[in-house]
Order: sequence, then structure tokens, then C-alpha cells
Amino acid sequence: MDQLDYQDGNALAGPLSEIFTLDVTTAVGTCAGCGRRGTLAELRVYGPEPGLVARCPGCEEVVLTLVRGPKDAWLDLRGSVSLRIPITE
Amino acid sequence: MGIISRAFQGRPRDHDENLPPGQYLVHDFPVLSAGPTPRVPLDRWEFSIDTAEGEVHRWSWQEFQALPQETPTVDLHCVTKWSKFGTGWKGVSLDVLMEDVESAAEYALAYSYGGYTTNLPLEDLLDGKAWIVHEYDGEELAPAHGGPARLLVPHLYLWKSAKWIKGIRLLNEDWPGFWETAGYHNYGDPWREQRYQGD
Repeated sequence: MDQLDYQDGNALAGPLSEIFTLDVTTAVGTCAGCGRRGTLAELRVYGPEPGLVARCPGCEEVVLTLVRGPKDAWLDLRGSVSLRIPITE
Repeated sequence: MGIISRAFQGRPRDHDENLPPGQYLVHDFPVLSAGPTPRVPLDRWEFSIDTAEGEVHRWSWQEFQALPQETPTVDLHCVTKWSKFGTGWKGVSLDVLMEDVESAAEYALAYSYGGYTTNLPLEDLLDGKAWIVHEYDGEELAPAHGGPARLLVPHLYLWKSAKWIKGIRLLNEDWPGFWETAGYHNYGDPWREQRYQGD
């Protein structure tokens, strides 16, 4: 049997904390490929090099990518319809 | 007093004029993955070249194997900074595959089983610069390295050498691929260190 070649979406927490002040791994997103709703923590994350690629656990389509260069980060939410982000007061 | 360790003297052992700027030499063959590894049965494998004018040229595995084969030995340069020298491949030159293809297109988009894409100018696929390869180091190409067949364009960073190649679409305008839309450079010349957008 193949070794698991991805991590769960909690692997996004550290890299995304450079960009967002909130922990967005608990945000609920809708996959643009199949309409599945779930938290970013449920995504399947490939990488980290050449970039993090987070895929839907339902249809395996790419939900987001994160590329970190020396001076910039590129966050691409190509497969996400929306993100519902819990905000605690 | 000699308090500086010998390890800090002189040039790095990997220094070589064949090593592009910012790269280091490896002797293994790292596998980088952006998704699950596709498993493509040979009886269902096919490779296509689609022209901008709407023609489709298609090869089955048997037809592809019957084409003239070449055995290029090339250096590989990955954008994640490792380089590997003297890798041996077997496959078909894009010059052979493009022989009967007529198109005025200037751009190409390679697309793969599994959905990966990467773009490059068509001229970078021609004149002995690119192959569709199916053997590495005398063995059939393993799925982890892009088997049954992958694109090999060794003069550009390795993300341009699409694994699990399914076809090449010829286009009249440039259409950035998977990593090119996600922050990586549109062309990816290792000698000019074109890693990210804006480099």
C-alpha cells in the first residue's frame, strides 16, 4: 500500500498565520469543484515544496495553493467558493 | 591560531560551472508532489497534440513506442534549488511528434493526467530541446517520477517538465499553467534564476 502522500489541513495553520491574524484552518469553505462544505483543516495538503497545495477530500480538486517566495507569499483560492471565518470577540 | 574549521574554507564542493546560480547538487532524485499520483494503464494511455486551428494529433502507447526513440542525457534543475547532473532518459523528441503538425501558434500548454498544466513558448519544445520520455536510467519511468511518460524540457526549471503528460495544446496566446498562476515565474530559466513572478 502506498504511504500517505499528504497531510491534513492543520498543516496550513503555520504558513497561513503569516498572512491572517485569525486561525483560518477552522474556517468553513465550499469547494468550487463539488460543493462540499468543510473546514480548511479537513483538506488534503501536498507539499510543502514547490508550494502547499490543498485539495478537497471529496473530489481532490485544488481548493487553495500557497507559494512562499523570499519576499512575497502568493495565496490562490482558486477552488474555494467562499470561506466562513469564525470571529471571536 | 588556527581556530577556523577546515569545513569553512574554500569553495563548496558542489561548485561547478554547470550549476545554475542558487542551486546545489543532489545525487538522489527528490519527488515533489502537488497531488495524488495518477496511475494510467498503458492500454488507456494516449498522448495528443491539439492545434489552435482545431486539429488533433493522437498517439496510443503502441504508436508512441513505434516512433524513433532518443536517449538524451541531461542535467535537471528544480526551482526548489536542487540540481541533478547526467540523468539518462529514453523517449521521443517533440520535433518528431510535431513533424506533421501544422500550426501558426506560438505558445504551448502541456496538460497531464491528474489535471496539472504548465505553459511555455512553443519554440522551447522544438530543435532538440524537449522530449516525451518513458524510461529513466534504463528502467520504465516510475509513476512517482511521472510515468508512464512525462515531458522533459531540461533547459527550464523542472516544473515545466510535466509529469504524467497527456497532451500539448498549441495556443495563439500564452495561457499560464498551474504553478505559473500560483506565484512561480512564467518562463523559468534556471540560469537567470527566474523562480517567482517578478524575478
